[in-house]
Amino acid sequence: MKTDFPDTAPPISPSLTAGAGALTVRMVGTGCYVPERIMTNAEMETIVDTSEEWILTRTGISERRIARSGQATSDLAASAARQALDAAGVAAAEVDLIVTATISPDMLMPSTACFVQSQLGASAATCFDLEAACSGFLYSLEVARHLLLAGRMRTALVIGAEKLSAFTDWDDRNTCVLFGDGAGAVVLRAEPATAPARGILSSVTGSDGDLAHLLTLPGGGSRFPASGETLAGRMHYLKMTGREVFKHAVRCMAEAANGALEQCGFTVADVDWIVPHQANLRIIQAIGQRLNVPMDRFYMNLEHYGNMSAASIPVALDEAVRNEKIRPGDVVLMVAFGGGFTWGATVMRW
Amino acid sequence: MGLEDKVKEIIVDKLGVNAEQVTPEASFIEDLGADSLDTVELVMAFEEEFGAEIPDSDAEKLTTVGAVNDYLKEKGFDA
Repeated sequence: MKTDFPDTAPPISPSLTAGAGALTVRMVGTGCYVPERIMTNAEMETIVDTSEEWILTRTGISERRIARSGQATSDLAASAARQALDAAGVAAAEVDLIVTATISPDMLMPSTACFVQSQLGASAATCFDLEAACSGFLYSLEVARHLLLAGRMRTALVIGAEKLSAFTDWDDRNTCVLFGDGAGAVVLRAEPATAPARGILSSVTGSDGDLAHLLTLPGGGSRFPASGETLAGRMHYLKMTGREVFKHAVRCMAEAANGALEQCGFTVADVDWIVPHQANLRIIQAIGQRLNVPMDRFYMNLEHYGNMSAASIPVALDEAVRNEKIRPGDVVLMVAFGGGFTWGATVMRW
Repeated sequence: MGLEDKVKEIIVDKLGVNAEQVTPEASFIEDLGADSLDTVELVMAFEEEFGAEIPDSDAEKLTTVGAVNDYLKEKGFDA
């Protein structure tokens, strides 16, 4: 397969080849992995002062998955990636690019994507991580798509993977009930464009660093290097100002969704499935009202997994594809919001 | 429609309560069955209806219907 795309091949710029040689980028396989261990809301009651009913009515979450100690984010990611490669019928050796979206990397350095590469034996790939919190998967899709459209690469693995349980403050009842561990992956391929267009049709992204302080994992970086003080201050855990996050999440996700639809000439009526970042059911309900879309057009799995940050969308996507909710020809809108703040929306035809 | 009627309409719509329950003394959480996220959504609805920006530090104090009416009037949204 590699011989079709030798390193010396000239770049195929879509702008130069529009028309006959135009490229499109399509997901040709999906996969996911969630740890076996289930932590229910009832179990949460034994850890912090909360109640099953409180968690369910405020968040829509019933249970979440928790990775084993010794299991790192790249382990989850590699399992999801293998499943995606199998589904696509693509060998690891054909992968040119691995982008891993995560806020819970194995280490600060090297990248989780390099550990995934090694586990997969994807020795031809260029590998890096991308950090855009809960929007990380959509940001990574956008970056990978454009690298493929530039024509130097043909096949990419885009992974969202998180072991958030390692960064969850199990003494903070406002946040520890929200998060879970898991990984989702897609294989992206550049192909000659067809009519009607399939694959990724449009995408918008945005950020607002002025609001960075509202959602952070402050300790262990260069601002607050790990020390006895950062440990005592519980600075190595996720911190969130819930009310503000809720407000901006609803507004930014609704706007991003409309922006991405507008870009490809669709309206919300053309959309078969919305696969949103699964942070909180109440956020999704508020977005549904704003977009005037009934809840049954949202693919939701939050109840079983909680918020898996960058992994939420690709896990949901893989489920929806495997249980044949999403069928060939369906128009799918993915939309996310997270720390940064960051947000994004992507429209594709399956 | 006056400011107070508009505020009442938004509360009735968002919380699914009867207009008679929406008295100035009524507390969103104690009397009108709202939870903390409902109060965030209410603040968002007030912001969007009146073109106001209500910072979180102010929003925390708006626990009753009367407090919202007074706040919006004080900020000059009594159209």
